[in-house]
Amino acid sequence: MSGKAVDGIAKATPPNIAKKITGLSDRAIAWIFVAPTIFLLLAINIFPLMWTIWLSFTNFRVNRMNAVVKWTGLRNYERILSDPDIWQTMQATAHFLFWTLFLQVLIGFALAYLINKKFKGNDLWTTLIVLPMMLSPAVVGNFWTFLYQPQIGLFNYVVGFFSGLDPSSFSMIGSVDLAPWSIVIVDTWMWTPFVMLICLAGLRSIPESIYEAAECDRASKWRQFWTITIPMVLPFLMLAVLFRGIENFKMFDLVVQLTGGGPGSITELTSINLKREAFEKWRTGYASAYAVILFVTIFGLASIYVKALNKVKER
Amino acid sequence: MSGFSVTEPSIRQKWIAGLLVITYAVVSLMPLLWIIATGFKSPEDSIAYPPKVVFQPTLEGYVNLFTTQTRITPNMIATLPEPSTWYEQIVRDKNMVIAGPSRYVQRLTNSMIIGFGSTFLSIFLGTLAAYAFSRFKVPIKDDLLFFILSTRMMPPIAVAIPIFLMYRQLGLSDTHFGMILLYTAVNLSLSVWLLKGFIDEIPLEYEEAALIDGYTRFQAFYKVVLPQAATGIASTAIFCLIFAWNEYAFAVLLTSGQAQTAPPFIPTIIGVGGQDWPAVAAGATIFLLPVMIFTIFLRKHLLRGITFGAVRK
Repeated sequence: MSGKAVDGIAKATPPNIAKKITGLSDRAIAWIFVAPTIFLLLAINIFPLMWTIWLSFTNFRVNRMNAVVKWTGLRNYERILSDPDIWQTMQATAHFLFWTLFLQVLIGFALAYLINKKFKGNDLWTTLIVLPMMLSPAVVGNFWTFLYQPQIGLFNYVVGFFSGLDPSSFSMIGSVDLAPWSIVIVDTWMWTPFVMLICLAGLRSIPESIYEAAECDRASKWRQFWTITIPMVLPFLMLAVLFRGIENFKMFDLVVQLTGGGPGSITELTSINLKREAFEKWRTGYASAYAVILFVTIFGLASIYVKALNKVKER
Repeated sequence: MSGFSVTEPSIRQKWIAGLLVITYAVVSLMPLLWIIATGFKSPEDSIAYPPKVVFQPTLEGYVNLFTTQTRITPNMIATLPEPSTWYEQIVRDKNMVIAGPSRYVQRLTNSMIIGFGSTFLSIFLGTLAAYAFSRFKVPIKDDLLFFILSTRMMPPIAVAIPIFLMYRQLGLSDTHFGMILLYTAVNLSLSVWLLKGFIDEIPLEYEEAALIDGYTRFQAFYKVVLPQAATGIASTAIFCLIFAWNEYAFAVLLTSGQAQTAPPFIPTIIGVGGQDWPAVAAGATIFLLPVMIFTIFLRKHLLRGITFGAVRK
C-alpha cells in the first residue's frame, strides 16, 4: 500500500538520474536495512535451533566434551515419550496453564468491563493495576516466598485474618496440595493486567452506534452484553489467551524462584524440568530432544489456535 | 450534565465500578508496598508476628545490601576508633564492621550496561528494518515478518544449550557484549513489529515532498521519518529496556561472575544467620522502583504499546 507511490516516483525517473538523486536504489536500501536484523536472528535464534535439533539425535554431553559423539537416532525421543516423570511434568504444566488462563480471563475481563464504565481517574488506577506485570518475575517470585512464609508472611496473615485459620498451620509453597496453587496465585496476580489491557482495547473498539441501535430495538442490557459485547471482545480475548498461553507454557523465571519446582517435583513445569536435565544433569542430547518436543508442541498448539482465532474473526 | 446518551453509564454504575476497581488495585499493590516497607525494617521487625505495619524505619537493610560485614569480638571493637559515618554506626551497633562493598553495585551496573546496550541496538536495527518493511517492496515480506515474530515462541531454555556452546567457542560467554547481542535478538521481534506500526502511521506525503525537494532516501529517512516516529521509538525503547532489565533465564544460565545482571543476584543475598529479608527487599526495591516510576509517568505511551501487537494484527 505505502510502497506504491514511492515506487511510482522511482519508476517515473530515468534510472541513471534516480541513482544520482537517491544515491542507492530503493531495493538496495531495503536490503541494507533489513539484512542486519535477519542476520542476527539467524545467528542467535535459527542457528541454535538447528544445532538443538542435531544434538537431539546424539548422545552428546556438555560435561564430557572429549567423548566421542554418537548418532543415536530417535532413541532420545523414545526415552522421553516413555518416561513417566515427563508426563507428571506435563500434568503440572497443564494444571498451571488451565487455571492461570481461566482466572486471568475471568478477572481481566471483569476489570476491563468495570474500567470501561469510565469513572473518574480510571486511567491512573489502570496504571497502578498494570504495575506488577512490568516487574522482573524472578525478583518478584523470590519476594513472594517471603509473603508465603507460614508464620511471618503477609499472605498467610491476611488469609488467616479473614478465614480464622492459624497462619502458621499451612504453608503455600511447602505443602504438596497447596504449592500448585501458590504459583497460580502469583502468576494471576502478575499477569491479569495484561489480559485486562487487551480486553479494554477490545471494549473500546466497539462503536457506540451498535448499542444505540440495540437500544432502539429495545434489547435488554443483559441481551446487549451477550450479543454485542462478548462477541465483539472475543477475538481480543482469544489473542490475550494465545499470548499468555505461549508465555506460561515457557514459564521459568517466576516459578523457579518461587518454588524451585518443589516440593518434590509437584510444581516442576516443563521449562524447569528441561533446565534440570540440560544444566544440572548435563544430558545435553536428551535435553535437546526434550526442547525440540516442547517447541513443536508450542508451535503446533499455537497454529491450531490461530486458525480457530481467524474463524472467530471472520464471523 | 451534557447531552443524553444511551451508552453513558449512570452515576451509580460509575461509583460501583470505581469502588471495585480501586479495591482490586489496592489489594494487588499490597505485595509491592510490602516489599518497599520491608526494605526499611530491621531484621527483627521484618519477621515479627503479627506483621508490623507501623515500625521504626531504619536503613540497616540498605547498608547490609551494599556492604559485606564481619563479626568481631567486643575486645577488638574497643580498640577501634569511633565510627565516622552513619552507616558504619549502624553496622557497629550490631557488633560488626564493614569489610568492603558488596557486589550489588556491580550487578546493577551490569544490568544497566546490558539493558541500555541491547535497547540501543534493537532500536537501531529495528527502526531500519521496520522502515524497510513499511515503505519498500521487500520480497517475501510477509514470510519474513512472520519469521521475525515466530522467534518469540521459542522457550529460552530450548536455545540456551547451543547458545551456551556457541558462546563458549566464540569467547562470548559471561561477557557484556554476548548478553547485549542475545537480548537484542530477543527484543528485535517486538521492536520491528511495534515500530512498523508506528511508521505505517506516518503519512507518506511528507517523505514524497522531501524526495521531490531533492533529499536522498537516507536524508528523507533521517530528517523526516525519524523525528515523526520519535514518540513511537521512545516507547518501544522502554519496552526493550524493561525486558532486558527483567530477564532472568538467559542471565542465570549464561553468566556467572563478570556479566551477571541483578535478577539472578538479588535472590542470592543472604545475611548472617538466615535470609536477610530487609536487604533482599532493599535490593528488590532499588531494582523495581525505576520500572514502576517509568510506568506511572509514561503510562499513555506504554499502555498503547502493550496492546499494540494485539490490536494491530
